[in-house]
Amino acid sequence: MDFSLGEDRQMLVDSVGRYLADTFDFSAREKAIASSEGWSRAMWNGLAELGVIGAFFREDAGGYGGSPFDIGAVFGEVGRAIAVGPFLETLMAGRVLAATGRSEELAGVISGETRITFADTPMMGANGSPVAPMHAASNGDGWKLSGGKGVVGYVAGAELIVVSAQTDTGTSLFLVRGDAAGVSIRDYPLVDGGAAGELTLADTPAELLGSDGEGQALIDDATAAGLTALSWEAVAIMDVLRAQTIEYLRTRKQFGIPIGKFQALQHRMATVALEIEQARSAAINAAAALDKAPNVRDAAASAAKYTIGTVGKLTAEEAIQLHGGIGMTWELPLSHYAKRLTMIGHLLGDEDEHLSRYIALRQAAA
Amino acid sequence: MDLEFTEEEKAFREEVRAFLKEKLPARLSDKVRNGQNLRKEDMEEWHAILNARGWLANHWPVEWGGTGWTVMQRAIFEEEVSKAHAPRIVPFGLSMLAPVLIKYGSEEQKKHYLPRILDGTDWWCQGYSEPGAGSDLASLKTQAVRDGDDYIVNGQKTWTTLGQYADWIFCLVRTSNEGKKQEGISFLLIDMKTPGIEVRPIKLLDGDHEVNEVFFTDVRVPVANLVGEENKGWTYAKYLLTYERTNIAGVGASIAAFEQLQQVAKTTMRNGGPLAEDPLFAARMAKVEIDLENMKTTNLRVLAAAGAGHAPTAESSMLKIRGTEIRQALTDLMRRAAGSYAQPWIHAAFEEGFNGEPVGPDWAAPVASDYFNMRKLSIFGGSNEVQREIITKSILEL
Repeated sequence: MDFSLGEDRQMLVDSVGRYLADTFDFSAREKAIASSEGWSRAMWNGLAELGVIGAFFREDAGGYGGSPFDIGAVFGEVGRAIAVGPFLETLMAGRVLAATGRSEELAGVISGETRITFADTPMMGANGSPVAPMHAASNGDGWKLSGGKGVVGYVAGAELIVVSAQTDTGTSLFLVRGDAAGVSIRDYPLVDGGAAGELTLADTPAELLGSDGEGQALIDDATAAGLTALSWEAVAIMDVLRAQTIEYLRTRKQFGIPIGKFQALQHRMATVALEIEQARSAAINAAAALDKAPNVRDAAASAAKYTIGTVGKLTAEEAIQLHGGIGMTWELPLSHYAKRLTMIGHLLGDEDEHLSRYIALRQAAA
Repeated sequence: MDLEFTEEEKAFREEVRAFLKEKLPARLSDKVRNGQNLRKEDMEEWHAILNARGWLANHWPVEWGGTGWTVMQRAIFEEEVSKAHAPRIVPFGLSMLAPVLIKYGSEEQKKHYLPRILDGTDWWCQGYSEPGAGSDLASLKTQAVRDGDDYIVNGQKTWTTLGQYADWIFCLVRTSNEGKKQEGISFLLIDMKTPGIEVRPIKLLDGDHEVNEVFFTDVRVPVANLVGEENKGWTYAKYLLTYERTNIAGVGASIAAFEQLQQVAKTTMRNGGPLAEDPLFAARMAKVEIDLENMKTTNLRVLAAAGAGHAPTAESSMLKIRGTEIRQALTDLMRRAAGSYAQPWIHAAFEEGFNGEPVGPDWAAPVASDYFNMRKLSIFGGSNEVQREIITKSILEL
């Protein structure tokens, strides 16, 4: 049994970490999230050159890695730098391209030339219920999509969009060009940095990915990879929050002594540290199960999302509380880590949804 | 990253399973599974079976009768014996005293005591806690005063687990009141048959006699029974506490308990459906199961690091806290699963050979008592609050 990343993967991690530390420090991040696009294409291109995007995909799909631990290791560095950009979307959409033999498009994604995103979340209306469900129809000269998707990450400016839609047969996945007819986007910044948008398609031409009605298995596979990636990203953020909070407990003085001398704070910190180790184990478990049978894979992915959801909330809230007032400020990077960690809880289903899914999967297996 | 066990480890697991299948008496595993009380002879019987195979003192050095197993092999062994509902190995002589003797004892002490621990001649108990020295163990007051070739011991020990069976007790005693309180403690081996020793039972909240008070009145102990040097006992005691933490998480016991809970939840009907399908109960179960799955990997990570020579500190405390919380949560769920039938307290049903009229589900008799008994897990072995202090010390370095 070996819990180290291994030499090659460690080299990748080191180079990604160095690149992000050099080019995407806190002030660079501030500039990026305040820009009109909400992220830095220069950073993205630099990472693509380092082979980071290729690390998400296997060699037979044109990538340079693709093992669950490659994905996890890269997302760990993304978390450590709270880098903004379409990492998750690229992983998930790219995985669909790889699974459906779209090697030409995937090559463009891996090189960084082509920006891609993944549109699966239903659009919500003002009254809190889904509106404009995405549907697809084929009329002899190809598929046309109409409907909406909500909170699509980094959709503005994406050259390719993988969209889920209902056909007469069932859930299917389609590839839509960002400049195709009928595409309209209302984009906005996100509370934790980065950007997303509401995507509306009106009779938009699209290409079917895989087989008609068999999109759910592709979505499930992409989701499992996405959950694994988010788990590793979240644990890395927890590590940063832990280190910063420990440092603060050691140096901040009140009543004439470091506040870390107070037992009430010590025990809370010890609990956070313990929970982070459990979260790390959950992330490892998810990665170890990613290439296994779907029910095993999905149970481990849901267990991990449940764990990082609960531990993430605890870690973010305690980091802010133990910092006191300064933890509330925009100026301190800590608050941005806490926001990102909390918002990871809102991606691909929260801890309640994944606890329910875990129960259903385990009951089905029993 | 490689989370698979090696071929050798898998083969070893099979070897352990085959051994348990062949050698673990069903009478003993039934008692453990059904939560019945083990008698002294039951524990001795199991010890003898393990000893015949050479696996009783599996963590000792080979020269003293150990196995030379890796930490991973030891973890596999612990997991399999727990899952098979084997009686636990009584730790006092084998896991607590022996490592101290092996590291700090004299050659004579090792040659005399270790074989007797192995073959069951001596049953040991632990004389650490006192009425005024619990978490603050170093404030202990039981006194040993030198008188020629003897110490004269006066004082009281408490929470002495299974002391009623013991032939010997290893004690922390105060031999000096000078300097720091940790620097006046010695480690003494005392024959329980010595005049002046009185053992009084403490009845616990589950009604059982598991722990005792031990009183010492002018008890003469030969100086030859001192382990290591006088006033260095605290060092040995700490070594004892940090040694052998491979099973601190109790993963095997939790796996066995969860499997039992799953079975019970599947067959027990509540409000017209199986308890396992009750949404709130299912959620409670799933949360514990996920925590346990995470804990298994955390435990393996610590073991892998220990195997590579990294001595765990904060990690051991984390495993102790979460491991005991999980075990307690599982007894809590078993108690809930029994519903009204957690209440009947038919004490005779806890003894082997009970053939009275059963009441309610056949698994329900001990669940409330187990739940109450397992409250001890977060109190003993360094309370979970003391463990948080250890974690804090290690990560905050203040």
